[in-house]
Amino acid sequence: MSTVNLVYFSWVRERIGKGEETLELPAGVVTIGDLLGHLKTLGAEYEAALEHQNVIRAAINQEHVDHGEPIAGAREIALFPPMTGG
Amino acid sequence: MAAPVSVRVQREDFDLAAEVSALTRGRADIGAVVTFLGLCRDEAGSLDALELEHYPGMAEAEISRICHEAVQRFGLQAATAVHRFGRIEPGENIVLVLTASLHRQAAFDGANFIMDFLKTSAPFWKKEHRADGSAGDWVSAKDADDAARERWSR
Repeated sequence: MSTVNLVYFSWVRERIGKGEETLELPAGVVTIGDLLGHLKTLGAEYEAALEHQNVIRAAINQEHVDHGEPIAGAREIALFPPMTGG
Repeated sequence: MAAPVSVRVQREDFDLAAEVSALTRGRADIGAVVTFLGLCRDEAGSLDALELEHYPGMAEAEISRICHEAVQRFGLQAATAVHRFGRIEPGENIVLVLTASLHRQAAFDGANFIMDFLKTSAPFWKKEHRADGSAGDWVSAKDADDAARERWSR
């Protein structure tokens, strides 16, 4: 088991119903993709937020990463939709 | 001397002229400054305001990374970016980018590059508040913005 701090933004935050949380992850969760798959087992709100898994963007320690990125050692993992600033 | 990069993410408005003055003050080596100002617009008369959400810390870090890459790539003498968050009404400022260089082309290209990457990589999200009081939607990301970024691929 490992502990991670998760933060959510925009409609990912709204659908999950919280902006941040700390979770214990089972040993099989190695990458961002694994994390998304695991979160979807936690309830309907997570399923709704992460339904279109390929559009979800992720950052580890405030830097963009792909879904194949290992999460070992991450202090903070952020999940959010495509960005619309500027 | 490394080219100075100044990035701020703030709720309050900014002043374009003051930012240009701050960029050029005390320097006689700058030959061109390009400014880009992005505003909140209301095309259909139905928008009350935009709510801009951001990822504190990463927003500043990501825009700084983009500005430093632009400085490196185009040989800029300085770059400034200011991005607002919170509630912004039509006609108000959202984002300001300034680039300085010896000659105009680098400053034009640098500002263009910074905006193309800022749109698709800086962690900000816009939500619409409708004038009729109905719940607005999150603004969708545009394929055109991804395409604009791709043209800078090496």
